[in-house]
Amino acid sequence: MSKNFIDDFPILRTQMNGHALAYLDNGATTQKPDCVVRSICGYYGGCNANPHRGVYELSAKATKIYEDARRKVAKFINAKSAREIIFTKNATESLNLVAYCYGLTNLHAGDEILITVAEHHSNLVPWQMVARAMGARLNYIYLTADGNLSAADIDAKLTRRTKILAVTQISNVLGLVNDVKTLAARAHEVGAIVVVDGAQSVPHIPVDVRDLDADFLAFSGHKMLSPMGIGVLYGKRELLDEMPPFLRGGDMIEYVTEQETTFAELPQKFEAGTQNVEGAAGLSAAIDYLQTVGFDEIARIEHNLTTFAIDELKKLPYVELYGCDAANKVGIVTFNVRDVHPHDVATILDAQGVAIRAGHHCAQPLMKFLGVNATCRASFYFYNTRRDVERLIDAVKTVRGVMHLA
Amino acid sequence: MLENIYTELIAEHSQSRDNRRTLPNATITERGHNPTCGDEITLSLEVTDGLIRDAAFSGDGCAISQASTDMMIELLRGKTVDEAKKLAELFIDMIHGDITDDDELEPLDEAAALKNISTMPARVKCATLAWHTFDTAIKRSEAQR
Ligand SMILES: Cc1ncc(COP(=O)(O)O)c(C=O)c1O
Repeated sequence: MSKNFIDDFPILRTQMNGHALAYLDNGATTQKPDCVVRSICGYYGGCNANPHRGVYELSAKATKIYEDARRKVAKFINAKSAREIIFTKNATESLNLVAYCYGLTNLHAGDEILITVAEHHSNLVPWQMVARAMGARLNYIYLTADGNLSAADIDAKLTRRTKILAVTQISNVLGLVNDVKTLAARAHEVGAIVVVDGAQSVPHIPVDVRDLDADFLAFSGHKMLSPMGIGVLYGKRELLDEMPPFLRGGDMIEYVTEQETTFAELPQKFEAGTQNVEGAAGLSAAIDYLQTVGFDEIARIEHNLTTFAIDELKKLPYVELYGCDAANKVGIVTFNVRDVHPHDVATILDAQGVAIRAGHHCAQPLMKFLGVNATCRASFYFYNTRRDVERLIDAVKTVRGVMHLA
Repeated sequence: MLENIYTELIAEHSQSRDNRRTLPNATITERGHNPTCGDEITLSLEVTDGLIRDAAFSGDGCAISQASTDMMIELLRGKTVDEAKKLAELFIDMIHGDITDDDELEPLDEAAALKNISTMPARVKCATLAWHTFDTAIKRSEAQR
């Protein structure tokens, strides 16, 4: 099975430092299958023109590719309408759009924004900005010992003062899945809206925005087989309609006079300037590919890889694992080797062809909460194999020796 | 390749506690930080009459950043500020691969052992953290005078 996947990803056959590549940094970005690369070449090879602007056939082709991709994304996450899908450059831009256009227009002094301590900086720094600008308070849900959100904190901090709950569906450090559906229901009870960071969830589990009742959902194409530079913001239409535009210029207008402008309808209102059509084409091809593989199969493969990696790492007395005892875990293993800094671990693994991430993973408050400065993170995708995990484990076993500690 | 980086000398310097102190008579303290990786040091210097009488640090980071800091402190202690500035410049040139000649690098003493880092772009910032921090510290104290 996995052999077929490797055929679709030529880069997985390449070498790194003289060894076959074991690419275990999928939380940072994923590799791209041939069909995605071909879709981009196909766009530039036969369909390139400025969409929405020309009356000629080529422009109509480009427009169709772009708008078909939007419809595909809408179906993929079960949005009610393609108008609720805004293309952005990545999850970070999507979250900033909500912060600037919803946060800065709907909050008042004394209101509260509630996030979790496990947020990526992109779902944290924008809310600090909103809180400061509006005189609101930024509150945190902390974690229990197993790494999951503290129910007591949720009870205590989700109140009538909370106007925005912004939460990641899957933590990019611990890989734990938050029960966003229940959180959204609770938030709506107190009158808050829910912003879901789907950067790590949409690539790995089926996400249905209507079932979750998410008000906003942000994700990046590049973490789900697509090119870099294309991202998505889903928003409920009634919310998006009320929000002011984010960027202003061409394509997002209806009428412009010397002093006044009226804005285009959704989704164009939020898509100023020439957009990333090849990115949308790639995202569309990636969604087709993911649906052919199927999320059940993706979950099965990633679960096997994750539990195998955790079981093997647990056998090494000098390895400390974080958030690895919870059941609701998807595809990410975070660990440290005793007395060795994660950067040195990553360098030693790199020399053996194993690519992992080391550092704070854009989640400094979480690192502080866990009492560490940095960690190592191996993150899997469905094209990884048992052999990749064996290579990881073998390389981890060499680390203390290389550092003259063994 | 790893053996040329994680040498015993570097392991020793990264684990050594000798220079991890606070200086009671520090005249300059400066924090250095690599935001991408989280390496962090606080450098303390006791400088009087243009002479670095003592130096020490505290911090947390990878073996390369910590060893480099430790080596720098041993090299700069007892030097004049002007000599130290030249050595820091030489070290940074070495790590960037601009100076490769071993004779030219001799003044760096043990710190020349980090030369191979110049072939590892991902780790250059780790090796230069302490030296950039020193440079900033001196510039700041000169500006205050
Ligand atoms: C949970 C989470 N949120 C947001 C982001 C930001 O994604 P991007 O850098 O593509 O905007 C990431 C990726 O690093 C992530 O893991």
